[in-house]
Amino acid sequence: MGMVDAEAIVKELRETYSSGKTKKYEWRVSQLKALLKIAENHEKEIVDALYSDLSKPELESFIHEISMVKTSCKHALKGLKQWMKPEKAKATITSFPSSAEIVPEPLGVVLVISAWNYPFLLSLDPVIGAIAAGNAVVLKPSEIAPATSSVLAKLLGQYIDVTAIRVVEGAVPETTALLEQKWDKIFYTGNGKIGRIVLAAATKHLTPVVLELGGKSPVVVDSNINFKVAVRRIISGKWGCNNGQACVAPDYIITAKDNVPKLLDSMKHELEKFYGKDPLNSGDLSRIVNANHFRRLSNLLDDTKVIDKVVHGGQRDENNLKIAPTILLDVPHDSLIMKEEIFGPLLPIITVNKVEDSIHFINAREKPLAAYLFTSNKKLEEEFVMNISAGGLVINDVTLHVANSSLPFGGVGESGMGSYHGRFSFDTFSHKKAVLRRNFSGDAPQRYPPYTPGKARFLKALLNGDILGLIRALIGW
Amino acid sequence: MTKRLVFLSFQVGVVKKSATNALRCVEKWMAPQKGRMPLVFFPARGAVVSEPLGVVLIFASWNFPISLALDPVIGAISAGNTIVLKLSDLAPKCSSFLVNTIPLYLDPEAIKVVEGGKEVAEQLLQLKWDKIFFTGSPQVGRLIMSAAAKHLTPVTLELGGKCPTIFDTLSNSSDLQVAVKRVAGGKWGSCNGQACIGIDYVLVETQFAPVLIELLKKYIKKFHGENLKTLKNLARIVNKHHFDRVHNLLKDPKVAAAVVYGGSVDEKNMAIEPTILLNPPLDADIMTEEIFGPLLPIITLNNIEESIQFINSRPKPLAIYAFTKNESLKEKILQETSSGSLTFNDAVIQFICDILPFGGVGQSGHGRYHGKYSFDTFSHEKAVLHRSFLIELEPRYPPWNDFKMEFVSLAYDYNYVGLILLLLGLRRIFRTNRRQ
Repeated sequence: MGMVDAEAIVKELRETYSSGKTKKYEWRVSQLKALLKIAENHEKEIVDALYSDLSKPELESFIHEISMVKTSCKHALKGLKQWMKPEKAKATITSFPSSAEIVPEPLGVVLVISAWNYPFLLSLDPVIGAIAAGNAVVLKPSEIAPATSSVLAKLLGQYIDVTAIRVVEGAVPETTALLEQKWDKIFYTGNGKIGRIVLAAATKHLTPVVLELGGKSPVVVDSNINFKVAVRRIISGKWGCNNGQACVAPDYIITAKDNVPKLLDSMKHELEKFYGKDPLNSGDLSRIVNANHFRRLSNLLDDTKVIDKVVHGGQRDENNLKIAPTILLDVPHDSLIMKEEIFGPLLPIITVNKVEDSIHFINAREKPLAAYLFTSNKKLEEEFVMNISAGGLVINDVTLHVANSSLPFGGVGESGMGSYHGRFSFDTFSHKKAVLRRNFSGDAPQRYPPYTPGKARFLKALLNGDILGLIRALIGW
Repeated sequence: MTKRLVFLSFQVGVVKKSATNALRCVEKWMAPQKGRMPLVFFPARGAVVSEPLGVVLIFASWNFPISLALDPVIGAISAGNTIVLKLSDLAPKCSSFLVNTIPLYLDPEAIKVVEGGKEVAEQLLQLKWDKIFFTGSPQVGRLIMSAAAKHLTPVTLELGGKCPTIFDTLSNSSDLQVAVKRVAGGKWGSCNGQACIGIDYVLVETQFAPVLIELLKKYIKKFHGENLKTLKNLARIVNKHHFDRVHNLLKDPKVAAAVVYGGSVDEKNMAIEPTILLNPPLDADIMTEEIFGPLLPIITLNNIEESIQFINSRPKPLAIYAFTKNESLKEKILQETSSGSLTFNDAVIQFICDILPFGGVGQSGHGRYHGKYSFDTFSHEKAVLHRSFLIELEPRYPPWNDFKMEFVSLAYDYNYVGLILLLLGLRRIFRTNRRQ
C-alpha cells in the first residue's frame, strides 16, 4: 500500500464523516456494540493470536486485553448519552443577557496507531473513544504483532461499518503514508523516538496529538510494610504484565540499603511460587516479542558494568526468545540498564541511604508514565504524591490505575501528552465547542463609539462584574 | 501602537478580571478531584491531582499586547509554573512597559520577560520547555509545533482563521439595527479588524445584502467618520508590513471592482478606510487568507442555509457568528459546523466569558484557556490511586487456573453476586483450558 491508498482512504472517510452518519448516537452505539461482540464472540481467535505474537498466557490475554476492551465498550455504552450532552455554563453579568454552553463535537477523521505489547487492547481502546466521540477512524495496528494485526483487520472488516472505520495493516512505509495525510487527531501509543516523528508529521497540518509513551517507572519500597503482599503485587506488575514489556510495568526498584535482604528474599520466594524452579519453561510468562528485542535486552545484561550485579535469574533461551525473571542489585546509575526503558524481565534494585532520598533520585530523571510507592508512612506517601511528577501514581500497588476508568491515563514530559480511558477517551477525541446565545434586547450603547471616559468606566465595571461600579457609571457618578 | 482609552480599558479589564477570578478560585482548582472507585478495587482511594508542568514559554501577540501576554501568564502562575514570557516586537511600547513593570511586581526568579524578534524566538525554541503557549498565526504556529516536537513539548496554539458571520434576514427593525452595530463592532471595533476572533467576512442572502450594506455604511460613518481624512475611533494598522499586506488584498483588479464602500488608503499614515466589498472572487487572497484588517467582504447566497456548506468547505475557524432568530437554523449551524466557538446574535463577546473555554480547532488551533481552563492548560492532571495491604485478591497471581479465570471474568463485569457464588463454590466454572 502506498501514498495513493492512504489518500483514498482518508478521502472516503471524510465523505462519510461529512454525511453526518458518525455523529448520530445510534450509529455510535451500533459500532460500540459491534466491538463488544468481537471481544465476546471471538475470544479463542484473539487469545491464539496473542499467543502467536507474544506467547501471552491465556489469563493475561483475558484480563489485560479482552476483558478491558469489553469493560471499555460497556462503560462507553452506559455513559455515552450523558457524555454527548452539552454542558451548561453559568452566564455572568458581563455578557447579560445570554446563555452559554459547551457542546462536544467530533474532531472528524482520526488516526490511531497502536503498539505491539497489548496489541488488541491498545488498538481497540482508543478506537472505542474515537467512535464514542463520533469520529471516523483509521486504525494502524503494530506490524510487530502480526497475528493480532491480522485478526483485527479481519474481525473489524466483518463487524464494523467500513465506510467509517478502517484497519490499515503494514509497517514503516504504510505508517509514513498515513502520517502524510491530514488528520483531525492522531493517537499514538509507543516509544518516544517514534512519538517525535509522529508529532513532527502532525505539525504540517497542525494536527493535535495524543502520545502514550513510556519511561522508567520506579517502585519505591519502604521498610515497614507487608512484604509478602507488596512483593506479590510488584511481581504481578512486572513479570505478570507481558513479562515486563508494558509501559506501566515497574522498571526498577529503589529501596534503603537495610531493606534489601528482606526484600530480595521475599522476591525470590514469591517468584518461585509463581513461576516454579524453571521459569524459562513456565507457561505463565510471555516470551520476548522478537529477536530484535531479545538482543536489546541481552545487551543490557551483557554490559560489563552490570554483569556481576545479577542476584537472581539471568537465564536465557535464545531459540524460544525467553529470558527468566532477573533481578540485579546496585547497578551503576550510568549503566545502560538505568538509562533506557527496560521493557523486559530485568529488574534492577537501586539502594539509597534512606528511603526519602528516592524522591530526589526520581526527580533527577525524566518524568515516567507511572511511579509506585509501597509504604505505611503517611508522611512519605504525601511527600511522594506532592513531589513526584509522573503520568499516574499508585500507592501500595502497581499498574491498577490503568483498569480504573474514572482516572485519566496518560503521561507527562517524556512519558507523553494527553490522556484517555473512560470519559477521558470521549473527551480526547472531541472538540468542546463554546456556544454563546445572545438576543437583541439589552444592547449596551457603551460598547460602541464614540468612546468616552464614562463608557470606559462602565465597561471596566462590567468586566469586573462590579455591580456598584456599573450603577455608578450609568448614573454618571 | 496607539490605543484608545476604551481599548486599553478593555485589555486591562480582561486582565484584572482574570486575575481576580484566579485569586478567588485557585485554592479550589488546586484541590485534588476524587474519583469513584469500583467496589472490586476496595479498599482504594482514587484522585486526580493537578500539578504544574514546570517551566513554560508563553508567546504574546501584538494586537492585544497586554491581555494576550498577561492572561496566559495568570493561568501559568495559578498552576504553579515558572515562566518565560516572550513579547511581540511589533508592539514595542507595550512590550517595553511590560518588561519594565512586571519585574517590579512579580517574582523575577520565577517569571522572566523577554523582548525581541524572530531571532530571540528561535533561540528560545531550541530549549526544552514543559509547555509552550502560542498566540499568533498558523504559519508561525507550525514553526512552534515543529520545534516543540523535538522535546515532546505539549503546545497550546491560539491561532486564527477566517471567522465567518452568517447574517440571516431580520425583519424586526430594532433587531436589525442592533445586529448591524454588533457586526460593525465585531469588525472595526476589534482592533480595526486585527483580532483573531474579529469578523472576517459576512454571508447573507442576495436580496437582503443591500439592506445590510446600507446599514453598515450608516454605522461606519457614525462610529468611525465619513471618510479617510476624518477617521476616528479606530486602531491603526500595526506596521508597514501589515499595511502592505492588507493593501495588496485590494490591488487584485477583480477585488477592487467589488468594493462598494471605502477602499481608500493613505500610505503615508498607514491608514485604510473601513471597506465593504460585495462578492469578491472566492479564489482571491482576500477570500482565502485571514484578512486581519478593515476590509469586510460580503458574500451573497441564494439561501442562507447554504452558508453551512460554504463554511464547511473551508478550514475550521476560531469563531462562527450567526445573526438569526430562526431556531431551526441555529440548531443546524450548531450541529453541522465546527469552530472554536459559536456565538448567536453577537460577535467577539464570547472572549470575556470566563466560563467558556477559549480556543480553536483544526487550523484555528488546539488547546484552550480562560478561567479554569487556563489553570488546566498549564497543569498536568496526575492520576493517584491509593491502595491498602488489606484484602488480597489471590486470583491476581499465577500460576493460572480455571478458577482464577472465572474469578477475574466476574470481577471485570462487576458481577459481585457471581463472585460470591464462585467463592462459596456454588457456581460452576464454565471455562476450559483452550490450549490443550
